[in-house]
Amino acid sequence: MSPPVLDVVDLTTEFALRGGGAARAVDGVSFSLARGEIVGLVGESGSGKSVTGFSLMGLIDPPGRVAGGSVRLNGAELAGMDAEGLRARRGREIAMIFQDPVATLNPLLTVGAQMRMALAAHARTPRRAADDRCAAALARVGIPAARDRLAAYPHEFSGGMRQRVAIAIALLHAPSVVIADEPTTALDVSVQAQILVEMRALAAETGLSLIWISHDLAVVSGFASRILVMYAGRVVEQGPAEAVLRAPRHPYTRGLIDSLPAAAKPGEPLRQIPGGAPSLGALPPGCAFAPRCPRAAGACRAAPPVETREGARAWRCLFPLEAGA
Amino acid sequence: MSEAFLSVEAVSKTFAPRLSLGERIAAALGAPPAKRPLQAVREVSLEIRRGETLGLVGESGCGKSTLGRMIAGIAAPSAGAVSLDGDPVMRGGRKATTRVQTVFQDPFASLDPRMKVGDAIAEGPVAHGLVAKPQARAYVAGWLDRCGLDPAMADRWPHQFSGGQRQRVAIARALAMQPDLLVCDEPVASLDVSIQAQILNLLMDLRRDLGLTCLFVSHDISIVRHVSDRVAVMYLGRIVELGPAASVLARPAHPYSLGLLESAPRLSLDGRSTFRPIPGDVPSPLAPPPGCAFAPRCSLAQDACRAAPPPLSEVAPERFSACLRADVLTGRPPGQASHMSGA
Ligand SMILES: Nc1ncnc2c1ncn2[C@@H]1O[C@H](COP(=O)(O)OP(=O)(O)OP(=O)(O)O)[C@@H](O)[C@H]1O
Ligand SMILES: Nc1ncnc2c1ncn2[C@@H]1O[C@H](COP(=O)(O)OP(=O)(O)OP(=O)(O)O)[C@@H](O)[C@H]1O
Ligand code: SF4
Ligand SMILES: [Mg+2]
Ligand SMILES: [Mg+2]
Repeated sequence: MSPPVLDVVDLTTEFALRGGGAARAVDGVSFSLARGEIVGLVGESGSGKSVTGFSLMGLIDPPGRVAGGSVRLNGAELAGMDAEGLRARRGREIAMIFQDPVATLNPLLTVGAQMRMALAAHARTPRRAADDRCAAALARVGIPAARDRLAAYPHEFSGGMRQRVAIAIALLHAPSVVIADEPTTALDVSVQAQILVEMRALAAETGLSLIWISHDLAVVSGFASRILVMYAGRVVEQGPAEAVLRAPRHPYTRGLIDSLPAAAKPGEPLRQIPGGAPSLGALPPGCAFAPRCPRAAGACRAAPPVETREGARAWRCLFPLEAGA
Repeated sequence: MSEAFLSVEAVSKTFAPRLSLGERIAAALGAPPAKRPLQAVREVSLEIRRGETLGLVGESGCGKSTLGRMIAGIAAPSAGAVSLDGDPVMRGGRKATTRVQTVFQDPFASLDPRMKVGDAIAEGPVAHGLVAKPQARAYVAGWLDRCGLDPAMADRWPHQFSGGQRQRVAIARALAMQPDLLVCDEPVASLDVSIQAQILNLLMDLRRDLGLTCLFVSHDISIVRHVSDRVAVMYLGRIVELGPAASVLARPAHPYSLGLLESAPRLSLDGRSTFRPIPGDVPSPLAPPPGCAFAPRCSLAQDACRAAPPPLSEVAPERFSACLRADVLTGRPPGQASHMSGA
């Protein structure tokens, strides 16, 4: 097997709290990403998905800081790399599509102007050639009449088209890794399906590796080959999508799957996870899921469970569900 | 067979274009209009039966909320009428009934941040004489408890609640008006999956215990399938399909319903994708196609489809479709519904 494109070990990111101390938004996250692989990063609001993405991009600003861990991209260690080195890689080797498309596109500039600027960040290209590359990038994500659309402003595009433009910009320099932060959440299902199908074809054809962030298990289940489930800053379970969804080992993953309407007969009560997610400033000392967990015992409340690995799967739970259950 | 309880008759809603001063002057001087009005809802007729939950699905901008607001009596139709038990829900441009109440997607927007939630819940019932002021506190406590909240929370401010709790407050406030019909507009769309299940369970419990009739608006088919008795599918301002939820969602009789179903992500346990896109884009509501609005994206479309909007007609007992070629879909044996894109 070829070495992973991205190898993340024990990534930890903290935000300083007012009045001292720090909240760990990302706590000991480890995973790796192979060439052409699509990994789905799922979790509920505030679980640390976006902060994980920003941390990988080197985009954490004070009062936040990456407090520890290693991130190897194409063999090079990013942790501790200077700003210059990070900037050279950002956009070219690793790119991110942000959760908020408003933050990505400038309403005052044409799409072509914005794409040429993104291009100029890493390559000097004559205007004509630049337009060719930009139009090709738009066409690749399914924008018809791409060449003519370069002169259009963002507001002249539908929401789905704007998101495609954001994806095209992320793909301009043919990076090896793209982190896509909920890129289709605000879109209609029919548009979402179009984009998912295009992205999967792209990964298969070009070897692009994707980290697809979503709160929607259903989206990720049919799209990603591997799934990472986050809860309160920790990856509590990861493994091949099929295996994780069929037989989750972590009670939280089980709870998420069971609470979907599809898991119950129409009209029957849904199985619900009691309570709500803990706030980062006041995490329980042990397993962060313990207060909501049907399997929790005294030991769960003592210290956060360490990761157990078994083949391609891993989980953080003292009393995991049985393998074949 | 239950009787029509709420009836919507040939209701349309047109929004006037927003014109700049220059455009208004030009229009007053007789210049041809630069902007067209937007028809958000077009000639919709339907009924909601006593005790049923009618699900309303469709993609963003198709007019679900606008229709829901007209049914709730908080938006005036441009044409047509809505009545509950024979009485209009609106009179003289104002809401004329307390028997319909609404729960919205964003409960924070509908709660006054400067009012304690207990007072916000008591406001309506006291004003309408459903409860006397001295009894209001106990009345509110009862509804909070019924919605899974600690009655002591009446003294808290909206910002002190989580998203799921706020939605419980909004439900308590709507129910404290003792409505017969509850219009829920995307009530769980902004909530986390694990909280969604809690709120859906609460709504289903309350509906059963209180004998409520519901209109449940959502873009999420799996949720609508779960809570609805019947379902209406909307596309570009029109109802394109209507029928029992189980049969419509198992075997749609309109190509758009089928496309929507196939593009919706479903939990896949074998790692294979379950979504198939509908080709093309939703046309602009400012310039809808002359015939069936779905024709430009539909692989079944024929010339007749492009001539005039097909009416919603009965294609099987209890099943209504606005597709001229519905027979192609209904004639299909179940489980063989195939992709309609032709792409
Ligand atoms: N700049 C910041 N300062 C302080 N705390 C922050 C900052 N950014 C994020 N956090 C905290 O880090 C935690 C993780 O946030 P993150 O945005 O990664 O969540 P998420 O999983 O992406 O959620 P969502 O699904 O809502 O996008 C949250 O508790 C959040 O409040
Ligand atoms: N007050 C308004 N003025 C002008 N246009 C409006 C107004 N309210 C809605 N519209 C337009 O009417 C159409 C239908 O909007 P509506 O909010 O009913 O759609 P929806 O189906 O609820 O969409 P969503 O799923 O995004 O909530 C849209 O094109 C919208 O832009
Ligand atoms: S460690 Fe304990 S509390 Fe945490 S998920 Fe496992 S059983 Fe539940
Ligand atoms: Mg996020
Ligand atoms: Mg709406």
